[in-house]
Amino acid sequence: MKRISTIETRDLNKSLKVGGCGECVTNQKCEN
Amino acid sequence: MIHQYKLNNYNIVLDTYSGAIHTVDDLAYDIISLYKEKTEEEIVNLMLKKYKNDSTITREEIISCIEDIKELEKNGKLFSKDIYENYAFDFKNRKTEIKALCLHVAHTCNLNCEYCFASQGKYHGERALMSYEVGKHALDFINENSGNRHNLEVDFFGGEPLMNFEVVKKLVEYARKQEKIYNKNFRFTLTTNGLLINDEIIDFVNKEMSNVVLSLDGRKEVHDHLRKTITGEGSYDIIIPKFKKLVEARKGKNYYIRGTFTHNNVDFLKDILHMADLGFKELSMEPVVCAPNEPYALTEQDLPIIKEQYELLAKEMIKRDSENNGFTFYHYMLDLTHGPCIYKRISGCGSGTEYLAVTPWGDLYPCHQFVGDEKFKLGDIYNGITNTKIRDEFKLCNAYARPECKDCWAKLYCSGGCAANSYHATGSVLGTYKYGCELLKKRIECAIMIKVAENKV
Repeated sequence: MKRISTIETRDLNKSLKVGGCGECVTNQKCEN
Repeated sequence: MIHQYKLNNYNIVLDTYSGAIHTVDDLAYDIISLYKEKTEEEIVNLMLKKYKNDSTITREEIISCIEDIKELEKNGKLFSKDIYENYAFDFKNRKTEIKALCLHVAHTCNLNCEYCFASQGKYHGERALMSYEVGKHALDFINENSGNRHNLEVDFFGGEPLMNFEVVKKLVEYARKQEKIYNKNFRFTLTTNGLLINDEIIDFVNKEMSNVVLSLDGRKEVHDHLRKTITGEGSYDIIIPKFKKLVEARKGKNYYIRGTFTHNNVDFLKDILHMADLGFKELSMEPVVCAPNEPYALTEQDLPIIKEQYELLAKEMIKRDSENNGFTFYHYMLDLTHGPCIYKRISGCGSGTEYLAVTPWGDLYPCHQFVGDEKFKLGDIYNGITNTKIRDEFKLCNAYARPECKDCWAKLYCSGGCAANSYHATGSVLGTYKYGCELLKKRIECAIMIKVAENKV
């Protein structure tokens, strides 16, 4: 029985590698 | 670190450091809450005891659920570790480029709002309008100090910026020429009380402004109580038809009807729904921030009422959305898949580093809420930032700056909070405005619940 559902979200760990460009708090969209 | 909560019949589990969001049933919710404190055998026995009347919950089911949790933990989606604190975030030594300016084109106003943080638009100083020359120099300043950043923002702010409309028009025209030379993309915004809106302004705003913020506090009696004209009359009846015309001409996109709620209307959900029923669909309603002795200041007794209002708002939004009559609320617009990266979540709004306010005379301040407080003056548009002590203090304003935030699940949603609110509440930009924290956490819980509800449809 499936008791846990995971909603798709941006992986913050992975954003370490591609983030920080500065081209763009809660409703913000990434523009990288 | 995780955060668990129940809201609107959903059991929600957030994983702070990965950003993962899970919805779980009651059994999984209970197991997750015990997972780090009890042994597997203890959890099994506790669950068998708690759910003894539910024949579907067997030892095997409980163990299977624990295995699922272990798998999520292994994959970094639950109980993930904080790998950012010790990462090479040397914020004080990082080079920051300016990407946004708040141009105070008018330190004067045609309204006399009682709660105005800008002291009726004058910022505790003299009335003034920014000249074209000062504004032009400010645009040159951002072009020359924004490095390789392509997207730049300029907010026309006041006071009431439309009291200096001719200069606003000329500055936009100048910027459009400059953006081709510097390979920049200017995004302009305007915040207005609406009194001076006319057909010419509507055409201009809808052609040039990426976004426009329109100030309305909600119901007529609420709005008119604190937002009066210089002669002491309410402004609601003047601005509503103007706002409707502007928004309609804008095709209902890229604007905010922005209200302030106070102790006088802690039932602010009624004001938000009033805005929606007027036909406005992009809404924002913010708690007043002021000295605690003001008669309209929010009180500790107001806090549970406000939190309940946020929850009722979230439920009403889900209901109206299902009836194809939805509206948006500024703080509930999470973008879960394409939201901000970890760098942005840690560093926050960039006040004092990436974002500066410019006075009508060309002085620079960390943000619009510090203008007029001389000790926060950073420099000016002619000589740049000369007060590096203050700038460095703002460089350190981030999600890891305050010991009180260390164990807070919401720190990567609030980035440490608003420096101006912290300063006005505690006397330090690195203080913690606890009242604001409580409200923000409730808003985040509601925003995520709405996303969960959308996923369940």
